[in-house]
Amino acid sequence: MQESALFEYVLRLSDDSLILAQRLGEWCGHGPILEEDIALTNISLDHIGQAISLYDLAAAIEGKGRTHDQLAYLRYENEYKNVLLVEQPNGDFAMTLLRQFFFDAFRLPLYEALMQSPVEQLAAIAAKSVKETRYHLKHSSEWVIRMGDGTEESHQRAQAAIDHLWRYTNELFYEDAHDQALQAAGKVPSMAEMQAKWMATVTSVLQEATLEIPKNNWKFDGGREGRHSEHMGYILSDLQYMQRAYPNMEW
Amino acid sequence: MVSETDIRAYLEEVSDPEIPVLTITDLGVVQQIYLQDQTWIVELTPTYSGCPAMQQIEVDLLAKLKEKGVPNAQVKHILSPAWTTDWITEAGRQKLRLYGIAPPVNEPDKTALFSEPPRVSCPKCNSNNTRMVSLFGSTACKAHYQCAACQEPFDYFKCLK
Repeated sequence: MQESALFEYVLRLSDDSLILAQRLGEWCGHGPILEEDIALTNISLDHIGQAISLYDLAAAIEGKGRTHDQLAYLRYENEYKNVLLVEQPNGDFAMTLLRQFFFDAFRLPLYEALMQSPVEQLAAIAAKSVKETRYHLKHSSEWVIRMGDGTEESHQRAQAAIDHLWRYTNELFYEDAHDQALQAAGKVPSMAEMQAKWMATVTSVLQEATLEIPKNNWKFDGGREGRHSEHMGYILSDLQYMQRAYPNMEW
Repeated sequence: MVSETDIRAYLEEVSDPEIPVLTITDLGVVQQIYLQDQTWIVELTPTYSGCPAMQQIEVDLLAKLKEKGVPNAQVKHILSPAWTTDWITEAGRQKLRLYGIAPPVNEPDKTALFSEPPRVSCPKCNSNNTRMVSLFGSTACKAHYQCAACQEPFDYFKCLK
C-alpha cells in the first residue's frame, strides 16, 4: 500500500513539473521582452530537470523497469496526475505569471517540508529543487506586484488572471487515501499546513500588489484523479509527438 | 595502475561546456572517486536540475579518461548534499572574473521573499555601481546585470545555497 501511495505521490509532483514546463516552453521566442523570454524558459528547464529526477524516483519505487522518458511520454491522458492549474493556457503575460505565482507559492513550502522526509531520495530532490524554486517565487512575486501596482491596464489584467485562475488553486491541496497514508507514516507534510503557508504568501503579495482575492469560492478539481480539462489533450499531442512518431528515440 | 589522485588530475582538464574557462574541479561538482569491481566511479553533483551542461560534462569526462588510458569509468550522479556555489574554488572565482562573469557573492538571507538584489561588482571596471537587469540570464545559473560606471552588460553567477 505505502509503495503504491508513494509512487502516486511522486508521480503527481513530476507531472506538475512536466506539464508546467511544457506550458512555459511555449513562450520560447514569444516573450514580451527578451529577459522574460529567457526567464520563463529557464524556469521551464528547471522544472524539466526536477521532473527527470522525480520520474526516476517514481520508476524506482514502482520497480517495473520504466524509464523517466516512458513515464513522461508514453502514458494516456487519464494517467497524468497534475493539477488543472498547470495545464491552463498561457493567456497573456499576466495569466502566465499569476499561474506561476500560485504554483510557486505552493511548491516552495512543499519542498521545504519534504527536505525533512525520511524517504531519502525524495528529501534529496527537494533539497536540490528548493533552491531553484526560491528564485522562481521571487521572480513571479515581483511581477505580480509590478503588474498589480503598475498601470491601470496591467492591474486590470492581473486581476482578471486572478479571477480566472482562483477556481483552480484549491486543488493544489487535494488529499486522498494515498496522501493520508503517507502523512500518517510521517513521510510527507499535511496539506492543511501547506495551504496555510500558501495563503500567507498569496495574501501578502496580493496586498502589496493592490490586487484582490476573489470572493467567489467556485472550485475545480479532477487533475489529481486523471480527469483533465480540454486543454490537456493538446498539450500531450505536442509533448508526445516525437516519441510516438519515432518510438524509443533519445536525444 | 592509475590512482584516485591521477584521475582527479585528469579531471582538471575537463571544462564546463557553458563556461569553458572553468574546469569541473573549479566548479566543485566532482565528489568521491573510487574503484568498484574494476570500474572507476566518479561521483558528480548536478548544479541545476535541468542544466543541459551536465550531460555534456559526463560525455567529455568519460572521453578524457579514455584518452588517458582509463576506459573503464562510470559517472554516478549524487543529489545530496545539494551543490552550492560555495563549492566553486577560489581559483574558479578568479577565472570567472577574468572571463567577464561576476562570481557569486554571499547573499545573507536567501530565504527572504523580498530582499535587495546583491551588490555585485563589475568584472570589467570593478565599480559597485551596478544594477540587476534580470534575475535570469543566459543560463539558469546566471543573472543579468549592467554596470552604471562603464555601461558594460555582464553576467552574474547567482549565489545558490
